[in-house]
Amino acid sequence: MEKLLEVNNLHVSFDTYGGEVQAVRGVTFDLKRGETLAIVGESGSGKSVTTKALMQLIPKPPGRIKEGEILFEGRDIAKMNEKQMQKIRGKEMSMIFQDPMTSLNPTMKVGNQIMEGLIKHQKMNKSQARKRVVELLELVGIPDPENRIKQYPHQFSGGMRQRVVVAIALACNPKLLIADEPTTALDVTIQAQILELMKDIQKKTDSATIFITHDLGVVANVADRVAVMYAGKIVEVGTVDDIFYNPKHPYTWGLLGSMPSLDSEDEELYAIPGSPPDLLDPPKGDAFAARNDYAMKIDLEEEPPMFKVSDTHYAATWLLHENAPDMDPPEMVKKRMKGMANMSSSSSEGDRV
Amino acid sequence: MTRYILQRIGYMIITMFLIATFTFFLMKLLPGTPLSAADKLSEEQQAVVLEKYGLNDPVPVQYFNYMVNLTQGDLGISFQFDNREVTTIIMERIGPSMTLGVQAMVIGTILGMLLGLVSAIYHNGILDYGSTFIAVVGKSIPSFVFAGILQYFIGVKLGWFPVALWGTWAHTVLPTIALAIFPIAIAARFMRTEMLEVMGSDYITTARAKGVNKFGVVFKHGLRNALIPLITVLGPLAIGLMTGTLVIENIFAVPGIGEQFVKAINTNDFPIIMGTTLLIAFLFIFIILVIDLMYGVIDPRIRLAEGE
Repeated sequence: MEKLLEVNNLHVSFDTYGGEVQAVRGVTFDLKRGETLAIVGESGSGKSVTTKALMQLIPKPPGRIKEGEILFEGRDIAKMNEKQMQKIRGKEMSMIFQDPMTSLNPTMKVGNQIMEGLIKHQKMNKSQARKRVVELLELVGIPDPENRIKQYPHQFSGGMRQRVVVAIALACNPKLLIADEPTTALDVTIQAQILELMKDIQKKTDSATIFITHDLGVVANVADRVAVMYAGKIVEVGTVDDIFYNPKHPYTWGLLGSMPSLDSEDEELYAIPGSPPDLLDPPKGDAFAARNDYAMKIDLEEEPPMFKVSDTHYAATWLLHENAPDMDPPEMVKKRMKGMANMSSSSSEGDRV
Repeated sequence: MTRYILQRIGYMIITMFLIATFTFFLMKLLPGTPLSAADKLSEEQQAVVLEKYGLNDPVPVQYFNYMVNLTQGDLGISFQFDNREVTTIIMERIGPSMTLGVQAMVIGTILGMLLGLVSAIYHNGILDYGSTFIAVVGKSIPSFVFAGILQYFIGVKLGWFPVALWGTWAHTVLPTIALAIFPIAIAARFMRTEMLEVMGSDYITTARAKGVNKFGVVFKHGLRNALIPLITVLGPLAIGLMTGTLVIENIFAVPGIGEQFVKAINTNDFPIIMGTTLLIAFLFIFIILVIDLMYGVIDPRIRLAEGE
């Protein structure tokens, strides 16, 4: 498959009164057409900033893309100006936001909010755009679209609003869809509905998708590949199977261990000790070393490079160095992995052929 | 909607009645009589005058008579101004005050909003500092200082507009500018704060992610959401300006209502005091109704449920 997006050594910083916060510190990944990449990591790991940088939606100032390139179909987005970006945003790539309660304009009719992109990018007139909006609302499963387009966001429930947000993002058939924790603000039943909807839409439109989440259950459900981010870097990347059945980075172990599962008997969850490093002054060496039970001396001194595990699977931990001792993930994580295997095999049967 | 407006008008009438009652009794507590040169009149003469104006009746009787006349639109006659009808006097005087007030409000709101918008769009840039400076100056320096400066430089030195008095439209220019500075400052400050908050909200990011350009983001998505707090403060301010500002009217020798109101209070000219108070009260209540209706126009979440 052809590459749609290539991000090389992306650095994003925010200039604050306290100094430069290095939110993203050298992120490299790529995305093929139609593929779904999940980016996981805890709050503050730089997932949202990375994806906002892809659309240049970072508030500037204080934010800036310090270094690196973002090749979208070969064009470097990091170097584009606002005018050029306006032609790409909403047309070739679009975004689904986290909180549907705040991401729609409260004083504008829902139909007009969806129409805006169509009129701007597809040069449709009002009545054409209107027809397309009705189709879109049908696509995202909003009943009675003819009447609904005349209503305001406050007349919609949270789940319905998120469907509207999805419709806005899909309006111009973007090649890349970025979903920034699209289910986090929703309750569990609605979450499942929105996830089903997104999977359904992926099948119909074959947009490539970047799915940001901290819910590993969601990852297993929607993604082809997973990138694990920590302190502004990707620490491990691989296919869903690589990450869930053969995780190599201790941080990934920690994430998997801290995920509750239905079929494990013990109720205790693993907690990663400590808190993420201060990105105003990132630590020397491996940023995760201070919280890592498996840290070695070198972790405190030198940053680990990406070690290749397989053609699809890379991880940045010194444990993969040939001189490092063989380490197995902790028992608890292994148990979870087994649980995961049951979970995803039952859920993926119908979806992935 | 119609039902709501009718209901509000009903409340307005009750409010006006209460205000009239309170003002009437409070006024009766004022010391002194309406007789301007009481010491030169004999007791009998005073008694005759007081009798003529019904001021010897017990207060409840005076109140009753006043209210009966009021319902017929009769505000009585002035004690001080040649026994002319209060309605006529107020009508004569309200014109200049309203002209100045409305002009100042329109200019003030438009310029203030523009300044605030510029501030918000170029946040922390030179334009922002410049407009914030104007706003701070406008808010902290009293209008009579500006009035003096305008009179001296534009009126006397440059001779572009008349220094004072009333007559042609040119006469309104300097007092309007002097009055407009305060609303400019207020509107600029509110607009800036609100717009900055709105521009940081999620739906603005959504709009930008759709590819909407900066102009569209600010005017189509931002402005409307930033207006509510602005009209909330500007409404009452507008009444204050329209019903006459004593200082400015004095400095520019404008025959407005503010100047006359103070004169009436000093001389216990009860009918004028009552008349002016009721007028200001009415304008206030009316503008508040208009603002409440505007909330609904601006923000659909405040719109009243129709037919429910």
